[in-house]
Formats: sequence, structure tokens, C-alpha cells
Amino acid sequence: MFYLIQILNAVQYGLLLFLLASGLTLIFGIMGVINLAHGSFYMIGAYLAYWLTKMTGSLWLAIPLGLVIALAIGVVLETTLVSRLYKRDHLYQVLLTFGLILIFEELRSIFFGDDVHGVAVPALLDYSVRLTDTLSYPVYRLFITAVCLLLAGAMVLVIHKTRLGMMIRAGSSNREMAASLGVNIRLLFAVVFAFGTALAAFAGMIAAPISSVFPGMGNQILIICFVVVVIGGIGSINGAMIASLAIGFADTLGKVLAPEYSGIAVYLLMAVILLWRPQGLANKT
Amino acid sequence: MIEPILQVRGLSKYFGGLAAVDDVSLDVEVGELHAVIGPNGAGKSTLINVLSGDLSPSSGSVLFRGIEIAHLVPERRSRLGVGRSYQKVNIFAAFSVLENCRLAAQSREPRPLNWLQDAVSYGRVLENARQALSAVGLGHRAAVIAATLSHGEQRQLEIAMSLATDPKLLLLDEPLAGMGSEESLNMVELIGELTANHAILLVEHDMDAVFRLAQVLTVMVNGKILASGAPEAIRANREVQRAYLGGADESL
Amino acid sequence: MANITLPRVALMLSALLLAAFPLIGTTFYVQLGAKIMIMAIFALSLDLLVGHTGLVSLGHAAYFGFAAYVLALISPKYEAASLWVTLPAAIVAAAAVALVIGFLVVRTTGVYFIMVTLAFAQMLYSVFHDTKLGGGSDGIYITVRPELTVAGIKPLDLENPVQFYYFVLLVMIGVYVLLSRVLHAPFGRALAGIKANESRMRSIGFPVFAYKLGAFVLAGALAGLAGYLAACQFGFVNPEILAWHQSGTVLMMVILGGMGKLHGAVLGAFAYVLLQEFLSAPALLGAYAKHWQLAMGSLIVLVVLALPEGLAGLFDRHGRLFQRSDSNSASEDLE
Repeated sequence: MFYLIQILNAVQYGLLLFLLASGLTLIFGIMGVINLAHGSFYMIGAYLAYWLTKMTGSLWLAIPLGLVIALAIGVVLETTLVSRLYKRDHLYQVLLTFGLILIFEELRSIFFGDDVHGVAVPALLDYSVRLTDTLSYPVYRLFITAVCLLLAGAMVLVIHKTRLGMMIRAGSSNREMAASLGVNIRLLFAVVFAFGTALAAFAGMIAAPISSVFPGMGNQILIICFVVVVIGGIGSINGAMIASLAIGFADTLGKVLAPEYSGIAVYLLMAVILLWRPQGLANKT
Repeated sequence: MIEPILQVRGLSKYFGGLAAVDDVSLDVEVGELHAVIGPNGAGKSTLINVLSGDLSPSSGSVLFRGIEIAHLVPERRSRLGVGRSYQKVNIFAAFSVLENCRLAAQSREPRPLNWLQDAVSYGRVLENARQALSAVGLGHRAAVIAATLSHGEQRQLEIAMSLATDPKLLLLDEPLAGMGSEESLNMVELIGELTANHAILLVEHDMDAVFRLAQVLTVMVNGKILASGAPEAIRANREVQRAYLGGADESL
Repeated sequence: MANITLPRVALMLSALLLAAFPLIGTTFYVQLGAKIMIMAIFALSLDLLVGHTGLVSLGHAAYFGFAAYVLALISPKYEAASLWVTLPAAIVAAAAVALVIGFLVVRTTGVYFIMVTLAFAQMLYSVFHDTKLGGGSDGIYITVRPELTVAGIKPLDLENPVQFYYFVLLVMIGVYVLLSRVLHAPFGRALAGIKANESRMRSIGFPVFAYKLGAFVLAGALAGLAGYLAACQFGFVNPEILAWHQSGTVLMMVILGGMGKLHGAVLGAFAYVLLQEFLSAPALLGAYAKHWQLAMGSLIVLVVLALPEGLAGLFDRHGRLFQRSDSNSASEDLE
């Protein structure tokens, strides 16, 4: 039963990671942009959840409000800055988005200070479900898992069954061809970017009650997302899912076996994959 | 009798379910130019890419000097003596013409990782580079930046770079593509001269050049070999005429 | 090679200026100068990878920090360690780590390479932060700087800020000259070829993996040298020295200064540190001085949008429009 809890934790962490990483991998795959500030949106989401919950008293209200704000930030960012990066070298993308991270971190520091904040689990979900006589599991974590699964399913549906999804897949494999077939690339990019960053913010919002809200939280998880993308392959949603779950399990396993070294379990997994298949799990080149 | 330096047996390359190269076998000897012709999409470029190592084969064997090279990486094949030129000009555009060849020649240096001595002081490397340049007729353009060369000159540079690596087999992928008539004549003459001391596999669409240069002709259609033999025999071959040479103006 | 050209004169003048500086500067500025030159060495090492081989590493702080930790870990608690022992040890250690990590990452390209270098650096950060290996997040102090003794006497007292400054200046010049030679040598030319057209290099017979790995290890070793000096100067090592922020900062210096020209890396280091001092001075921004990174971040964004070549590009613009980041013809000097 103890293992059931670990498995549930691993899945929940993996799915949350997937929300973040899927946006990242799509933005890479379709727009060819490496966005270091993606993690900042996770942070923005968490801080918005904290602030709006404080103001409105309800996380349920805070989430849609926060999403609107995050979307707005994402759209502004894309139209003013990110759109100028599409034709630039990865180098300059790294540099510019690194500058953005600095800006976001300092703005956060100015508006919200440097303390760690907590967000209360909504009363509706603030209980635990009994698994055995001695063990129970927080329902809120199950909620997160369920929401992530729903979103993942919705994503797969959109990508494989809708026109938008078709354009995304076309743009992902060949941008010029897609453009010459009449796809409005500018609009597509803006939509993908907004969508990706909104997902990241949403992840931050629902994770806030369990991970708390603290400086640097975005960057920490961003690097793990990078590992997901490396293992899963750029542009691959399936790969991102497999990799996220794999990392979820590796991390949880690490915490169980060697808590001091659990942080490096993820990277060891990446090292093994690199030795075996440098081009990632899902891509077949 | 000397063994052909290149022996290809049953070579195939599949992309998904599509066979771009289907069970191809051929030989090339030193002092011989073996041309491969065929309509677009016949698999000729894929064949060259598999032979040079830019693509890995699905099945089959490639023996070069008796060594199985089918699964070797391009750099190893090059060091064994396989040189190639590309259909789309593939040079170091920002470097000088001489530097392009010097790098190619440097690849043969037995102490490649020398970290401190200035490269231009390696006399032998420079000498080989200059020789390769004059062999193709670019000796006078050594100091020019490669990007500013004319298209024809860039193709000459491509060949010079291959020559600087001292190859025994040359894989030439449409060296005449996009060339004017005078440049073409020069290139044909050059290739003719090179044939004496090298084994050459030439993929080309220019029929005049092909019939002038080739000792052996292979026709590929849809990845398979349709016919192979002496040029005149191929020209007279009914099937070939129908599939490729036949009718109006196939020479592009 | 001993021709008097404008770039060479500028270099000599700069070296002279740097050498003369301690005569007029206060102790604070002499120490700042040494700090800048240490970062310049760090930036030079990364420029070899990024500017000359085309390998964008976002995890270069791993080797910088690892060497610093090696010094901290092998230094006796209250005495001075020997420079002759600790410096080579730190450099070799950094090179060894670069060899292992390089072997894993050099097989990747493009964006993957950027991500895996970042990830492995983060792994090292986790090791030092989460475990008690290097004192955890508290870090380790180096109470006494290593000493340099030759046959019993101390020609240089590294505790003395001015002498330490000159030591660092000599090392920086040494690294600059070394890299300049390497870039002119066959190895360096091959790296330039790899950056320009990797597939062509393969098809003419270069074992590209080996060359990239060699560059990676050399860059790691030199970063280790810089990290060692940084630890000496600061007297304290904690996990932040390996953090991705450090990797990002040095990459910034290289790009801002202009890649592909060695002096660009040095320029970038000077520009960044001086800018940081300027922006974080309480006299200037008052209460907001502690948020100097906001201004820095904004400046970076502006520079990327406005200046495609970095600062060094400004100086070259009048002469060579086509040279961009790789100037490599047989007759030209590589700076």
C-alpha cells in the first residue's frame, strides 16, 4: 500500500510536469523557439493563484481570473518580443528569454516580496480518502491528476481531430510548406504560444496549494521540463507524456531509495537515454 | 584481373514502405567512369548518399578496396579513400578558396589534433591544397572568399576539396547542374582527366557529358537497375529508350 | 605574424592600461578589476565553445564551480594550500568532469545540446546543494588563499590584492595567447570548419565527435582555472557558483561582447560586471538598487533586439561587413 501512495505521487507529479512540458515542446517544435521564460509562467500562475485567492477568498475564482491575466501576458509577450525571435539563432533566443527571466523574477520580488507563501487547498477538496487502515491520500492530489489527464486528453483530441491540430502538426513538421498551403503562420504561432504559456500558468495555479509559492520555483521546474523534452523528443506530445511519467517515477523512486540524491535521479535517467537514443524516445530519425 | 575498387551488391534503401534504392548491384574500377542515369526520382541521389555514408542502407553490401563500408560513418569512408561532391554546392562559403582545400587536405594529416602550431606552417598540407586547386583550374582564385565565386567555380571547388583528401573513388552527384555551356565543357574535361587515376561514379542528367565520359552506363528507374553496360549498347536498348531516352528531349 | 595592425595595437594598449591600473586605483577597484578579469577568463573559455565551435553550452558553470569546490575541499582548514598542488588538481578535475559530461552531450546538436548541458550542470548543482559533500547549501570557506612558493620563498603574496590582481592579469593574458594559438592551429581551424559546415567536415574525413569533445574539455579546463581563481578571491564557495544563473550570465557576456572574436569575450565580461556594479549602486537607484536585475534583464532584451553582433560588432562594422562571426581565411589574423 505504501507503494500505491508512491505510485500516485509519481503519476501526479509526472502529469503536472506534462502540462508544463507539452507547452514547451510544442513551442519548440512548431516555432523553433527555445523559451527559457516558460518556467516564469509557471511562477506567474502560482503567484496569481496566491494573490487572487487572497483577494477573492476562493481558488476556484482565482484560477479563471488568473488564466485570463496569464493569457494576456502571454499574448503581449508573443507579439512584442517572441515574434522577433523566430528567425534568430537559438543563441539569441536563449539570451533574450534569459533577460526575461531576470525581469520576471525582479517584478515578482517587487510586487510580492521574497517570502514563501502558501495557498490553501480549497475547502471542497480538503480531505483525504482512505486507502487502508493507516494510510490515506489527499483528494486534492487526485484532483490534480484528474484535471491533468483531462487536459492531456483534450490536447490529444485537438491535435489529432481538429483543423487547428492539423495545422499544428503541419507547422511542426514543415513550416514553409504549411505557410504555402495557406496556413496563417503568424496567427498559429501566437495561438500556440498563448496556449503553451497558459498551460504553464495553469499548472502553477493548481500546483500552488501543494508546492507552495516561492522565488525561483519556475526555473527549478523548467530545467526538469527540458529533460522531459530531451527524453521525449522536441515537438512530440506522446514523447512528452512518456518522458514526464518516466521522470515522475524516477524522481519518486529516488526519494524513496536515496533521499539525499533524489535530485539527481532525473539527470541519471537522462544520461542513460542519451547513451541509448540521443535523438529522444518518440522521434524516429 | 584486378578487383573493382567498388563492389556494390544487393543494396537497398527503404523510406517507410518505399524503396528508394531497390537491390542495386554494380562495380567501378580505377581508371573507369561509371555513370548512373535515370529519370527524376529514380533513386540516383539516394544511391550516392548511401555510398558516401550520409544515409545508412536498409540492406546490401558495399565493398571498397575489399572492406565492407556499408555501415561506416562518412568520415571513416572518406579516410579510406571515398570522396564525394554534392548536388547542392556544399562548401565553406565564408572561408577563402584556399582554406576550403587546406581543411580538406588537413584531414589527412596524421597528427590532426596539434593544438599549438600555426596551421599555415604545415607545408605539406598547403602544398596538397594548392595542387588540388590547380588540378581543377582554381589556382589563381586561392585568396578569394568562396561565397563570391561563380556557380561553376564553386562546383570546381567542390571537386578540388574532394581531390585534396586524396581519394581513390569519386562519387560525383550532378556536378554539371546549373552550369553554362562553357563551364560545362571545362568540367567535362576535368572529369575526363581525373578518370585516368580514379574510379568515378557519376550521376548526371547531361546526356552529352555522360556519353562523352562514361565507360560503363547504368540506368535506374524507380530505384531498380533497368539496364547496365557499355554506353552504345544502352543507347540502343529498347527498354531504356522507352523508359528514359525515348521520344523527345530527355537530355535536360 | 609580427605585423603592426590596429587590432594588435589596441590589444597592447589595453594590456598596458590594465597593468598600470593598480597604480591609480583604490583597493576596492583593484579587487573589482581582478574579479572582472577572472570572469573574462571564464568568458574566453566559453567563447571557444560557442563562438568558435558553434556549441552553445548553457551549463558551463559546472566546470567553473567544480574547480572552485575542489580547491575548497582540498584546502586545509586554517592554512594556505600550495598553488602548485591545488591549481593543477582543480584544472584536471574540471577537465575530467568535462570529459564525462562532454562524452554524453556532444552527441546531441542544436537545441538538445543547449538543454542537456543545462541539465547536467543542474545535476552537479543538486549534488552540491542537497548532499553534505560540499557543506550543502551553506557552502565552504577558504580561510587562507593558496600560496605560491618557489624554493622556499614567496615571489607573490596572493593575499595582497595588488599582487593577486597582477597574477590574474598574467593568467588572463596567458589564456588569451593560448586560445589565440589554438585557434590558428590545425585543431582550431577544424573547429571553425565544424562550426561553418559540420556535415562537410565529416564527408572530408574529420572525426567531428572527437574534435568537439576536445574543445569541450579544453573549455572546461579553462573554466576550471577561472573558477579556482574566483574561489581564491572570494574565499567562499557555495552551490550558487554552479547554478544555471551563473551559466546564463557567462553566456550573456560572450554573446553581448560578440562571439568569434576573443577580445569580444573580454569586452563582454568588462561590460557586464561594470554594468552590474553601476546598476546595483545604491547611490544611483536608491531603494530599487537591489532590483538591479530588472534593469539588467531589460538591457539584455534591448541589446538582443537592437545589436545582432554584440558590442564587438560595433567596432568591426566599418571595415568588414561580410565577416560576421567567423573570420577565417588563410591570410587573416584571428583575434
